[in-house]
Amino acid sequence: MNFFCVGLSHHTANVETRERFAGDGETQCVLRSSGCTEALLLATCNRVEVYAASERRISTEEIARCLSRKIDKYVSHDETAAFYRYEDMKCVQHLFRVASGVDSMVVGETEVFGQVKKAYESARATGAAGPILHRLFQCAFRVAKQVRTHTEITRGSVSVGSVAIDLAQKIFGNLAERKVLVVGAGETSERTARALFSRGVVDLRVSNRSAERALELAQLVGGVAVPFEQWREQCRKIDILITSTSSDKPLLGPENLAPMLRDRVDRPLFIIDIAVPRDVDPRVNEMEGVYLYDIDSLQSVAEQSLALRRQQITAAEAIIAEHIAAFKERFEHRPARHFTGSTHSTMSESPMRVSEL
Amino acid sequence: MRTIIALGAGTFRLGRFSFLAIGLGFIFQTAFLSIRGQELHRCPVTNLFEVLIFLAWSVALIYMVIGPAYRLSLMGAFTAPLVFLIQTLALLAPIDVRRPVKLPANAWLEFHASMSIVAYGAFALACVAGVMYLVQERQLKTHQLHSIFYHLPPLTDLFAAITRLLWVGFALYTLGLASGFFVDAPLPRVQMMCAFGVWLLYAAILQGRHLRRLAPTRVAALCIVGFAAALTLLWGISFTAQMHSLP
Repeated sequence: MNFFCVGLSHHTANVETRERFAGDGETQCVLRSSGCTEALLLATCNRVEVYAASERRISTEEIARCLSRKIDKYVSHDETAAFYRYEDMKCVQHLFRVASGVDSMVVGETEVFGQVKKAYESARATGAAGPILHRLFQCAFRVAKQVRTHTEITRGSVSVGSVAIDLAQKIFGNLAERKVLVVGAGETSERTARALFSRGVVDLRVSNRSAERALELAQLVGGVAVPFEQWREQCRKIDILITSTSSDKPLLGPENLAPMLRDRVDRPLFIIDIAVPRDVDPRVNEMEGVYLYDIDSLQSVAEQSLALRRQQITAAEAIIAEHIAAFKERFEHRPARHFTGSTHSTMSESPMRVSEL
Repeated sequence: MRTIIALGAGTFRLGRFSFLAIGLGFIFQTAFLSIRGQELHRCPVTNLFEVLIFLAWSVALIYMVIGPAYRLSLMGAFTAPLVFLIQTLALLAPIDVRRPVKLPANAWLEFHASMSIVAYGAFALACVAGVMYLVQERQLKTHQLHSIFYHLPPLTDLFAAITRLLWVGFALYTLGLASGFFVDAPLPRVQMMCAFGVWLLYAAILQGRHLRRLAPTRVAALCIVGFAAALTLLWGISFTAQMHSLP
């Protein structure tokens, strides 16, 4: 009995190819006829992989045909060239890396862990995953948890929106009692306001040149509308300012902000300027207690987080290597019947398809 | 040390290690001070060595009382090196000089000395929180976030902790200073003036904070300055006390 992984990912194939081999309702039939005794399909937006166990070797082309969504199921040589194949311990290593987020496009993302778990649980429920895949995936979940716990691979945010919200939490802690003013009621403002609302912000104020649009967004996020002429005055009271207007010139500079800060020397002001061109003069960041982040600096923080995560790959690989050695030892010393026992079922049910991101 | 290395390597995870390490150290410090106190038949603050050990004990005590209350992550990682530094200095420097103490044990004098040192423990922790505040503030201003940033408590929480530590230290220090007036033997005038100077410095910091005249970064920086001044004074007092054989 050998086990293997055949698949495509963002490393080897473009989105068109991944779409072409994403599998469909017929995938199960082809896998069954191909001789897989156990099989599991993991399909996310960045990868399509089959993890399987079989008595005889099943070629990559067969698996590719199984995954093909074309009616004729013809797969050219060029198309299969994008597939990778890992056997035995290489397969174990690959799964551990995938589940830990080491192999992800955004290193350290945790969503893939949930997707792997969901794929496994569904395959187990239908009997598609037997004792071999059970052991393999249970071990992968333990490895992923250990990597998350013992390295900083999931540390920091890697998207501009979440960086802004995380920074707000690093400055203020609990956001529930913070006052937020959103200037400019465009799509970006709406998304940011919603994100803040989801993090517990209750006091949300919205200001826009168009009073109707401000009122509309305020109602959407449970806030209040502020007349556009008065938004600067609000800087005396608020904790977080989000600006995203289409103004050609900066709306806020040290000159007009300084008088607002006189009575709030002990309260920080976090300004998120996501407008291009910028709404806030960069010199504002030099003012005491003011933390200004524009779109570039948010992007820079996101990149720093990603770089920090990449630095953790070595530590994660070390944990993975330890578990591969342990898995190998257990696998080699375990009698074969444990892997092909009575609970083992042939591929009679459909392999699971994980919903795309 | 483990925490500092883990932070450098970017593999730090929050745990109870710092708290346990400081707790264990605190037990040994308590045992030492207790043995030394029984030997001397008075509060063991008769020379600079004992004063430094008492100070390290006070820092650990305040950390264990205040730390869990504010749940400030990394506070232990910043506190442990300070305790380690103070104790190493006490153990390595040739300052454990035993001289006969001429004055009999005096309850007010011992209360004055011990309360003042415990207050210094609170000021030391305010200094630690101040360093943490400035490190985080600097990274936020420059947009350069390092691994340590993600482990530091939120700025506003740190500032609240600084303020409370300053109030605790100030209250204890005021008690310590006031008790000095009840000592039968007159205390050296220069020492009292310097101690009053430190009291005034902390009073000014708290007043500036209360009246919102001082920005949090200034308060954090002044906590470091204040503790440096307090340490200098402590050394001065211990040094002159040894000269005059005062406890």
